[in-house]
Amino acid sequence: MSLSKIKFDKKIILSFWIILIALIIAAPTILPVFRLNLLGRYLSLSIVALGVDLIWGYTGLLSLGQGIFFALGGYCAAMYLQITSSSEFPNNIPEFFALYGVEKLPFFWEPFRSPVFTFFSIWIIPAFVAGLIGFLVFRNRIKGVYFSILTQASLLVFFNFFNGQQKLINGTNGLKTDVTQLFGQMVGSESMQRTFFWITAILVIAAWFFAKWVVKGRFGNILIGIRDDEPRVRFTGYNPVIFKTIIFSIAGGLAGISGALYTVQSGIVSPQFMTVPFSIEMVIWVAVGGRGTLLGAILGAVFINYAKSLVSEALPASWMFIQGGLFILVVTALPEGVLGWIQGDGPRNLLQRFGLKRKIETYPSLEVNNKEGNNE
Amino acid sequence: MNNKDLLNLIDITVSFEGFLALNKLNLNLKKGELRAVIGPNGAGKTTFLDVITGKVKPTNGEVIFKGKSLVGRKEHKIARLGVGRKFQSPRIFENLTVKENLEISVTTPKSPLNLINKSIKDEQLNEIDRLMKIVNLAQKVDSKAGSLSHGQKQWLEIAMLVGQKPDLMLVDEPVAGLTDEETDLTADLLKSLSGENTVVVIDHDMEFIRRLDSNVSVLNQGTVLCEGTMETIQKDKKVIDVYLGRPED
Repeated sequence: MSLSKIKFDKKIILSFWIILIALIIAAPTILPVFRLNLLGRYLSLSIVALGVDLIWGYTGLLSLGQGIFFALGGYCAAMYLQITSSSEFPNNIPEFFALYGVEKLPFFWEPFRSPVFTFFSIWIIPAFVAGLIGFLVFRNRIKGVYFSILTQASLLVFFNFFNGQQKLINGTNGLKTDVTQLFGQMVGSESMQRTFFWITAILVIAAWFFAKWVVKGRFGNILIGIRDDEPRVRFTGYNPVIFKTIIFSIAGGLAGISGALYTVQSGIVSPQFMTVPFSIEMVIWVAVGGRGTLLGAILGAVFINYAKSLVSEALPASWMFIQGGLFILVVTALPEGVLGWIQGDGPRNLLQRFGLKRKIETYPSLEVNNKEGNNE
Repeated sequence: MNNKDLLNLIDITVSFEGFLALNKLNLNLKKGELRAVIGPNGAGKTTFLDVITGKVKPTNGEVIFKGKSLVGRKEHKIARLGVGRKFQSPRIFENLTVKENLEISVTTPKSPLNLINKSIKDEQLNEIDRLMKIVNLAQKVDSKAGSLSHGQKQWLEIAMLVGQKPDLMLVDEPVAGLTDEETDLTADLLKSLSGENTVVVIDHDMEFIRRLDSNVSVLNQGTVLCEGTMETIQKDKKVIDVYLGRPED
C-alpha cells in the first residue's frame, strides 16, 4: 500500500466520522418524529447486530437464537415501565392482570420496581442466560451447524413459553410501553422519543467502541483462532470453552440492551421478538454489512431496515423478495459483505473489469524495464 | 520406569471399534532426549501423539508425564503441563500475522482475563523477536501467516511450539514438503532444541532421521518393533522386513 493511499484512507475515515456525528446531531431537527423514531429503532437493532458479528464474524458461532436475549432485555424494560405506571389500576398492578383475574403481582415482578435493578437487569439477565446456554453447549463441544440448530430450538422453546404465560407476562399480547410513564412523561411522547434517539445513538457508538476493544489484541486473536482452528487453540493451552462462553455472553448482553431500546421506541415487547425469521434477519444484516468488520454490522442493520421500511411503503409485499435476493447476492458475489468488499479493494477491481484502467502497483523501475522490453 | 524419565507410556492400547490402532505400546523418554519415531503408514504414529496430547483416550494403559497421569485430562490442561505439539500439515492461524501467531503461543497465563486486561509483557516480546530470528521470519512480522510459503509456515509452527516452552515437544512430520536445504536447517534446529527440551520427531524421511543422529523407535501395527540407534535398527531383521525393505540382490 502506497503512502498516498494510507493518507487517503485516513481522510475518508475522518470525513466519515464528521458526517456521521453531524447526521446524528441534525437528525432530530431534520427528520419528522415518525422517521426519527424509525431511525432510532434501527440504530438500536445495530447493537444486537454488533453482538452477532462478535460471535459469528469473529468467533465463528452462528447463533440463530439472538432473539431470546433481545426479547429478555425488552421484557426487563417493559416490566419496569408497566409496574411504575400502575398506580391507578386495581390492586396497583399493571392493567392486563385484571383480564386474567390475577390479583397479586407475580413474585418475579417485584424487583422491577427498582430502576437500578432494571438498569442492570436489562443487560445482565440476557448475558447470564446466554452464558449458561453457551457454557452447556460449548462444554459438550457442540459446534457448527449443530450449534445453530440448538440455538434455534432454544429460541422456539422461549417463544412458546412466553406465548403461553398470560397470567405472568400477558402471553402473546406482550407488554405495552408507549402509554406508560417515565420520569413523569409519557414514554410514547415526542420529546421522550427524541431523548431515546439520543440515548440510542450514544449507546450504539459506545457499543461499537466496546466491541472494538474486545476484539483488539490477543483476546480478539484467540477468538479468530477459535473460528479458524479450534483444536489448535486447545493444544496451545487455551480453553476455548471459556472464551466462547464469554463472547456469547457479551453478545447476549448487547442483544438485551438492543431489545430494551427497541422496545421503548416501538412501544411494545411481545413474543414476536422471538420468532425464527427475526433472529435470522439479524444474521443477514451482518452478512450483508460485512462479517468481522463491526462497522459493517451497524451499517447493515440500519440500512437494510431503513430500506425495508421504504420499500414496504412503496411496494408492499415485495420486501421479502428483495431481502432474499440481497442475501443470495452476498453469499454468491460478496462473501465478505459490502464493507468487506470495499476494504478488500473490490470497487477498483470492478472498475477494472469495466475496462477502466487500474493504477499498476509495482516498483517504478520494473515498469520502466517492462516498457523497454516491449519496445525491443 | 525410573526417575529420570520425563514420559512413560505403559501398555497403551487404543481400539477404534475393534481395530487396534495401538497395541500394548511401551515407550520411555528421558529428560533432554531427542527421539525419532518412524514406521509405515497406519503404524499408529499419529495416534501415539493423540494419546499423549489428550485428543484420544486410550482404551487401556497409562501415560505418566513428570510423575502425573495424563489419561483423562483435557487437551489444554495437558498443554499447560508442558506438552507441545506440532501438527502434520502446518496448522497456524492464517488470518493472523506472524507476530500475532507467536503472541498466542508465548502468552502466559493463558486466561481470558489476562488477555483482555493486560498488554503483553516485555520479556515475551523479546522472546518473540528471538524466535522470529531463529526461524528467519523477522522480515515477515506483520504479514498474514496465510501468505507465507509452505516452508515458512512449517517453521512458524515450530517457532510457536518453542514459544510455548514445553518440556516435551512432539513434532509430527516437520519436513514434509520442505526443500533439502530447509530440511537440513530444520534438523539442526531440532537438534539444538534437545538437551534443554525433550523432543519427539515423527517422520518418514530417512535422510532427515539419519541427520538427527538420535535414538529411533520403529512402530509397526501399533507396537514398538525395535529401538536403538539408526545403525542398529537398519540391521534389525524385523525392521528390514516391515519397513526398510530388503536390498535387492
